[in-house]
Amino acid sequence: MNFSYLTDPAHWDPSNPGSIPNLILSHLGYTALALLIGAVIALPVGLYIGHTGKGSFIAINAGNAGRSLPTLGLLMLMVTLLGLGLLPVLIALTVLVIPPILTSAYAGMRNLDHRVVDAARGMGMRPWQVLTRVELPMALPIMLSGFRNAALQVVATATVAAAVGLGGLGRLLIDGLAVNDYSRVLAGAIVVAALAVLVDLFLALIQRLIVSPGLKGS
Amino acid sequence: MITFEDVVKVYPGGATAVDHLSLELPTGKITVLVGPSGCGKTTSLRMINRMVDPTSGRILIDGRDVTQQDAAQLRRGIGYVIQHAGLFPHRTVLDNVATVPVLLGKTRREARTAALGLLERVGLTADFAKRYPAQLGGGQQQRVGVARALAADPPIMLMDEPFSAVDPVVRAQLHAEFLRLQQDLGKTIAMVTHDIDEAIKLGDHVAVLRTGGRLAQFATPRELLAAPADDFVASFVGRDRGLRSLSFDSAAELPVRPVDGIELDDAGRPVGLPGVFTKDDSLRVVTDLVISSPGGVAVRVGPDGAADGLVSHHDLADYLASRRS
Amino acid sequence: MIQYLTNNHEIVWQALQEHLYLALLPILFGFAISLPLGYLAVRFSWLYHPLINTFGVLYSIPSLALFVFLPVILGTKVLSPVNVVVALTVYTVALLARTVADGLRSVDPVVVQAATAMGYRRTRRLIDVELPIALPVVLAGLRVATVSNISLVSVGSLIGIGGLGQLFTRGFQLFYLEPILVGIILSVVLAAIADLIIVLVQRAVTPWTRAA
Repeated sequence: MNFSYLTDPAHWDPSNPGSIPNLILSHLGYTALALLIGAVIALPVGLYIGHTGKGSFIAINAGNAGRSLPTLGLLMLMVTLLGLGLLPVLIALTVLVIPPILTSAYAGMRNLDHRVVDAARGMGMRPWQVLTRVELPMALPIMLSGFRNAALQVVATATVAAAVGLGGLGRLLIDGLAVNDYSRVLAGAIVVAALAVLVDLFLALIQRLIVSPGLKGS
Repeated sequence: MITFEDVVKVYPGGATAVDHLSLELPTGKITVLVGPSGCGKTTSLRMINRMVDPTSGRILIDGRDVTQQDAAQLRRGIGYVIQHAGLFPHRTVLDNVATVPVLLGKTRREARTAALGLLERVGLTADFAKRYPAQLGGGQQQRVGVARALAADPPIMLMDEPFSAVDPVVRAQLHAEFLRLQQDLGKTIAMVTHDIDEAIKLGDHVAVLRTGGRLAQFATPRELLAAPADDFVASFVGRDRGLRSLSFDSAAELPVRPVDGIELDDAGRPVGLPGVFTKDDSLRVVTDLVISSPGGVAVRVGPDGAADGLVSHHDLADYLASRRS
Repeated sequence: MIQYLTNNHEIVWQALQEHLYLALLPILFGFAISLPLGYLAVRFSWLYHPLINTFGVLYSIPSLALFVFLPVILGTKVLSPVNVVVALTVYTVALLARTVADGLRSVDPVVVQAATAMGYRRTRRLIDVELPIALPVVLAGLRVATVSNISLVSVGSLIGIGGLGQLFTRGFQLFYLEPILVGIILSVVLAAIADLIIVLVQRAVTPWTRAA
């Protein structure tokens, strides 16, 4: 193993579709798309369950169930069922981001300090105002940590998804392994690890910016 | 006897918690350390069992410097009760009480048997033995805390705000039981509170500390009320200290006038009056009766409950005035 | 699916055994490493944040990347099962050391003080008081680590070591649904059983959490 693949300038040339920058971009693209679709589905459900307490059982167990699903099995199942292509992979990725987002949205709403919500109502806020001005901002830290987990999950699974034909950084690992080009494998491992760490740091930064400093203690 | 010899505690960072404190806590008595927050009362207490070590000066228990003793051994011989009881949530009430005897090498079985007896002593039935602390109310937890501190029968007990986390009704109950228990046991007790009324009610001696960790006055409750050492103590003791000091004065010497003009039953007992007093009551009780009774008179009764004298507010005022001169 | 199982029960059985061992060995190692590490992070508070941040970074590295990166550090062969075991141990430690630290930090300081004041020395206090009280938090972390380890093992099949994951790759190559379904179901059931066992152990050893 050596770093020659990583240090070869040709592999960093953006005009080459298989170059590292392009793989990073497509990797980020799949990740963002799956997170977006997953959030659109899971956030409202999690918030609703957390707010009303109806269906808590689902929300509590979704996290564990999602964690126990083998990602590779799910990917290969989808592709075997629906054929090669972006759609089956995207479905699998989305299925994986839903549990952490849903569970954390639920937990964020459940763990609210009820005295504060009560005080908000007592001051004359309407339900919508209570939700948007008090409950959501207070639930944000837990919700965002769930979102960060989901993001890590997709970045990792999108790597694995190269095994079922998806683009992205996983290609370096899978193709490298297939032809015993360990320099390429190593390059893939390093770049995808760095990407995962950076995505997490980026989300941590966002969390820092949008969570009220008053809630930092928790 | 617990002796503080010129004890100073300066915390890292420079805050002086205790400033040249010299104090003697007599054996078998309750000494209460009282003062506003930041007066070093808790630090002083915690230096006795070496939870905190002094910066300079010495603390002696029966003449032996505590810092010369192994901290853990020392602590096993000193009972410790704190505000929220600090019970172990993962152990049953019985095993909480058995803690120190087990640490001292007793078998679990022996310790549990002894613990059962202690639970009874602090007013808890045997049903509580198998419960966990989370299943108890605040007052019950505090009782378990006291039982746990008593388990190894230590001669000394340290109590840090032991009664301040419970509601006033429960607190009054705990006070009464605590005093009864102390009458039986005669422990050397050091107690910390911020509540001057509690200090006066429970203490044989009261040490008033001021912010910055200096001793303002060390006296019996009675002396404290009658003769506060300075303005700080006077204001801390409160404006109605004159009235409160009457609770230390017996009504035995209070002159009465013959019973006249009130309704009596066949046995000579007053009828329809809210309250009466006896020679054993304090002047504070009499004062309260005189103020609150409709006719402005308090009725004294003998041991048989028969009325044997009256006191009007003029009589009371004259008596109080004559005492002062 | 029944047909598939009867025809291939030996392969499936072997994959299952391998899966269990690849998932649970790291749990044992990870737990043994996490206890002292978590304790140190609490005992020396300056260690807490560096340690937690390091684990956060390790935890965020995708498993496939770690599987193929470890040989560089360990000098193992790329296709060695040691890589999978070490990688999963790293994840377990990254998760559990933090849980142990947070569990110990969650112990009410008043209770620790009370224990000290009653004459506990540090080590016995840790064993008798702090660890038992931290146990529910630690076991909750252990559940998460166990369940995710069991599902992560199959990724190893991409480098030829993956327990039930081998059923996935086989089914995928042959475009044959049965082995994939059997693999998913067995993996999920395995995780559920492991989870249940920890829950039962937890109920048995922490009876006080159900009081109140």
